[in-house]
Parts: sequence; C-alpha cells; structure tokens
Amino acid sequence: MMSNMVAAINSALDISMEENKNAVILGEDVGRDGGVFRVTERLLDKYGPDRVIDTPLSETGIIGTAIGMALSGLHPIPEIQFAGFMYLAFDQLISHAARYRTRTRSTWSVPMVVRTPVSGGVKTLEHHAESPEAYYSHSGGLMVVEPSNPYDAKGLLIKAMHMQDPVLFLEPTKLYRLFRQEVPDGSYEVPIGKARIARQGNVLTIITYGTMVHVVEEAVSKKAVDAEIIDLRTINPLDEKTVLDSVEKTGRVLIVHEAQLSFGVGAEIAARIAEKAMFKLNAPIMRVAAPSLPYPFPGYEQFYVPNVRKVSMAIDKIMSA
Amino acid sequence: MIKNVYSGSVDYLQVMDENGKVDGALRPTDIGDDKLIELYRWMSLSRAVDAKVISLQRQGRATTYAPLLGQEATQIGTAAAMSAKDILVPNFRQHGSLLFRGLSLYDFFVYWKGYEDGLVSTKKMNSTPYIVPVSTHLVHAVGIAFTHKYLGTGASVLTYVGDGGTSEGDFYEALNFAGVMKVPIVFVIENNQWAISTPVRKQTAASTLAQKGIAAGMVCTQVDGNDVMAVYKATKESLANTPKGPSLIECLTYRLSFHTTSDDPTKYRTEAEVEDWKKRDPIKRVRLYLESKQLWNASKQQTMEDEQLKTINGAVSKADTFKPDPKSMFETLYSSIPDTLKDEETDALNSGFWQEGTNPV
Ligand SMILES: Cc1ncc(C[n+]2csc(CCOP(=O)(O)OP(=O)(O)O)c2C)c(N)n1
Ligand SMILES: [Mg+2]
Repeated sequence: MMSNMVAAINSALDISMEENKNAVILGEDVGRDGGVFRVTERLLDKYGPDRVIDTPLSETGIIGTAIGMALSGLHPIPEIQFAGFMYLAFDQLISHAARYRTRTRSTWSVPMVVRTPVSGGVKTLEHHAESPEAYYSHSGGLMVVEPSNPYDAKGLLIKAMHMQDPVLFLEPTKLYRLFRQEVPDGSYEVPIGKARIARQGNVLTIITYGTMVHVVEEAVSKKAVDAEIIDLRTINPLDEKTVLDSVEKTGRVLIVHEAQLSFGVGAEIAARIAEKAMFKLNAPIMRVAAPSLPYPFPGYEQFYVPNVRKVSMAIDKIMSA
Repeated sequence: MIKNVYSGSVDYLQVMDENGKVDGALRPTDIGDDKLIELYRWMSLSRAVDAKVISLQRQGRATTYAPLLGQEATQIGTAAAMSAKDILVPNFRQHGSLLFRGLSLYDFFVYWKGYEDGLVSTKKMNSTPYIVPVSTHLVHAVGIAFTHKYLGTGASVLTYVGDGGTSEGDFYEALNFAGVMKVPIVFVIENNQWAISTPVRKQTAASTLAQKGIAAGMVCTQVDGNDVMAVYKATKESLANTPKGPSLIECLTYRLSFHTTSDDPTKYRTEAEVEDWKKRDPIKRVRLYLESKQLWNASKQQTMEDEQLKTINGAVSKADTFKPDPKSMFETLYSSIPDTLKDEETDALNSGFWQEGTNPV
C-alpha cells in the first residue's frame, strides 16, 4: 500500500500490538486523540484503554512507568509528545533504561520502544524541533533509530519491538506526511544497526540520516555529482562497516545532519574515519550541520536548518579540495 | 491508638455569578464600577487579540498559537491584583496577563510571528518570557521569589500552571520548595478542564487541584475562574499574605477554543460541554452586570471594539515590517561570542546564510 510515514508507523504499532499481547502504548493524548500527529489513531478503539493509555502530563511518569512495566514482563511503547519534552525524562532514560541490563549483568532488562517526534523544518513553536540523537547515543545502553522514509520506519519499529533492549525511535516530523511510498501491509523487519545505501556513487561519500537524507539527495541530483549517499537509519550502534567500505571507495567524506555541529554524531563518524581510514582520504572530512546553538524560533528557522544550498556549497568545496 | 492527625479543606469563592449578579458582601472594596469597566476592557482586548492571532495563523502569518478564549477573567483578574513591582512568571497561554502587565501589542505579534525579538521587553516589565515546556518555569518562580525575600524588596511572584501541568514532577517540587523556603509566591492553577485531549479527571484522582498545595503547607483556595472579581479578590489576599509564605489558587475556567491552532477538539469533547461553559462566559457576565446598572450599552461596546481593533491592526501592520537579523542567533548565545562560534557565524555571513538569491563570498 502507498503510505506516508504516519500510516507506516501506525501499521507497525498495530502489528506489534497484535503480535505481542504484552505490548502497551502509553503517553500524552495517544488514546482518544490518536496522538497529536495521529500516529496512534484508532489503536484505542482496537486495543482498549488498558493497552492504549492516555497518561497524565508527566514525561518522567511515562518513561519511568514504562521502565517498570518493561522490568516486569511487558513490552511498553511509550510516546513522548515531542523530543523537546523528553529532557524531563532524561534521568529515567540515561540513569535507568540504559543501565539496568549492565548493572545487573544482564539479569534484568528494559525491553521498550520510546517513540518521539524530532527535527524541524516545519515552523513549529520552541522546543518542538529538537534533534537530540547525540545526547542519547553518547553514554551507551540505548539504541537510537531514526528513519528517513515510511518503509524503513515500519520495518525498524517492528524490529525494535522484537528486541530486548530499550530503543529510542526518533520520528522526523517533517517526514511524517512529506511523501508516500510502497509499504507492505504485513509484518517485516528492517535491521537495526545497518545503514542503507540510498544512492551508489564513486567520488564522494555523504553520510546522513533523517530529514537530511532528502536534502542531500536533492543537492546531489542538482550537482550531478557521483556521490554515494548513506542513510544511517540507526545512529547507535553505528554501522561503521558500511561507512568505511564506502570511504575506501570514494576517498572523500561529507557528513550531513540537522542537529547542531559541535559534539554531534558527525564528530563521532569523522573520528572513526580518521582513526580507521585516514590514509584513504583525498580531502579533509567535512560536516554540514546546524549552527552550534539552540534551535531558534520559527522565524529564524530558514537561517538555521541546513538546506540544499548549504549542502551544495559543501559538495563544491570538498570536490575541489 | 488511632487519632486524626490531619484534616484539610478547601474553600470555593464566587463573587459574581454567571448572570452578572454580585454578592455585595464579598465584592472587593477596591473594585468599584469604574475599575470593573477597566477590567472588562482588558478582558475584551485579550479576546480580540486572540481572535486576531488565530486569523493571522490561518493566513500563514503567525505561528501555531494557544488561544486564551474563555480564560480572560483568570488572567486579567490575577494580573490586575499584582502591584507593579511584583513579578509575573507565565507559561505559554497567559497572553492576557502579559498584555495587562505591559507587553506591547507590537512585541506580542512579533513573538507570535515567530521571533525571539518579541520577548525582549519582558524583563523591564517585571515578567519572565513565555515558557513552553509545561511546569518547568515553576521552580524558577520559586527561585525568583527567594531572591526577593533575600533582598527584601517586598515584591511577590505570581506564576501560572495549567491543570495538566499539575501532573509534572516540577509542579510538586516547586510547591514543596516554596513551602519549605516560605517564599513570597502565589501559584495560580488555570484549570481550563483540558490538557489537549486529556480531561482533568485523567490528570488526578483528587477532587480538586487546589488541595495539592495543602501537602506543601500552603493556603489553598478554589475560585470561579470566570469571575474576574473572585479571581482578583483571591489573588489580592494571597499576595497580601506572601510575607507569611506561599499560597495556591485554583481557578475553575474553561478553554472554549482549541488547544492550539493545530488541534481539533471535536475528536475528544462534545459540543454540549462547550455550550454549557459558554453560559458561564467570563466577559458576558460582566457586561450583563454593567448593563443592568446602565453603565454599558451597545454603542459603548461598538466604540470599544472599533478602537481595540484599530490598535490591534496598527500593531500587526508594524509587526509585519519586522526584519529578523540572523546574526542575533550567534551574537546572543553567550555574553561574548567564543572563537569557534564566531567562525561559524563568519561562515554563515559569507554564505549569505545559505539563502537563495544571496551572493556567497
Ligand atoms: C513538558 C511538556 N510536555 C508536553 C508538552 C506539550 N503540551 C503543550 S501544552 C500541553 C497541555 C497542557 O495542559 P495544561 O497544563 O492543562 O495547560 P493548557 O494547555 O490547558 O493551558 C501539552 C501536553 C509541553 N509543552 N511540555
Ligand atoms: Mg488545561
């Protein structure tokens, strides 16, 4: 069926709830309202209020309760309404969800999938356009996934629900309804920890994910450069092999993300390439990212979010280096 | 042995009922009819401004907006009870309070067009800026109140939280700190019955939100939040009591509109419920009272509406000419810009902020 990302994720949730009787959805406005983006639409009617729970307005409550559920045999799917409000539950995620398994030497585990909308480009209010993937990847213990298209979104979410670890599932709001794609009706998995080659190429490797996949694709087609585009899909654990194989082939690397430049995912990837493939490089590694400052109010967004022009200029620079 | 070690109760206050009938014994002595007309004008202005932003938003000229429709008495009644030196700590919906406290309509529209620049004047009007993450500002409010107690300024803090916001940990932490530190603060719960699609009964199993302050050791009241005199009276008394410590007021009101311009309330609540609350409209009842006293009529109403619309449209036109300076994002992040950020800024400037139609250096 042709689906946008909202429908694809909704279908993955439906399948997961069907497959796993211990799966429960909880969050603010996920029931009657179907979520503020309608991602959980119709699930309350189908699975009832014991499994699709409209919670009080409390992010710590949502994530902390989900951790308790996960510790005791359920497989919760908490939703945080926007990633900008997940910081209120940062402690629960970093100090508990991420650590429970290792601090009990794998006797306890926290199987859950935390869903939250991320990224901007759609002129939202303050705190509604965060790209926090680096924070959650930094200290280990949480798998961090961010799809760029409906097909991957559905398969990754189903896969996440088949895992026994906490998975953070980041959904770019801009991509929710941006385009449709053929998505199978039934259950299928997309592997976690495995990048997708979005475009084959020989002279430049562009590593990206989420919203920026589409910006990069447009820039590459405008420039008609023979670039290889890697859509990471999973931030943590990083698919280092796919990255290094490509770099070995092309010798040039551009990393593009919507999140801020400093101390970000791009820095991590660049460091790994520098450590393991430095002598395959024909040019310095380059990054395109948002400026190292908080996501601005919507009136300034156009000056902040990396766009096709910014990526194109970087491509020119790296190809002439 | 069993003995009762605690029992608490919460009083409910209403001064003017939904038909505009006033309980003379409870009427605040400093709200004469002239003052009431002034409050009526402010409530009406807030409502007119609200409608304006919504229409701008629908034309793509304003951002997502959270309307105050129906909550005018709560906002104007509380703000009007404050003295100039008191500090207002709002969340994201207190447009009426902020305008009353001196936020210019121009700044207001600049903010709702999506620019930080609309917030710059808040500091000099003794108000913190809008805060979006629910309840996170409440702890700041306590800290500000601490400062004023510490410095002995005699100022008090007044802060707002929604019914939904009372579920956040930050809410309880703020109440607890305020109670323990005995700081001069008034918490106003703007209970508009809904937090997006979630009704109050799903936020709490308690019968009132007001009683949540009891556990923090503070004086708690529930008022008819659509009765500007009751709101004013309760706030005034609470502010007068701040040298002794904090208090909490739950205002029972109703969000007559959508949660924000992105919301569709028909998904989760009935028209009958909304109609029922419209009968308790905070502005209508004041008008009924004023008309019954021959203090107001259709022509005065028309004149007021025309004047207000003119002022509003003037501010919108001026805000339409606002030009953002993207350098300000870089220049205002720290008190002085670090070298690495300066480099990023230079790169952005040389690249024309990557806008089409610019000539990169
Ligand atoms: C910490 C946090 N979580 C979620 C949101 C998204 N959100 C914005 S307003 C709102 C409901 C707030 O309800 P209430 O406190 O009753 O205030 P009201 O909107 O009714 O004024 C929610 C969930 C947010 N802004 N901040
Ligand atoms: Mg509310």
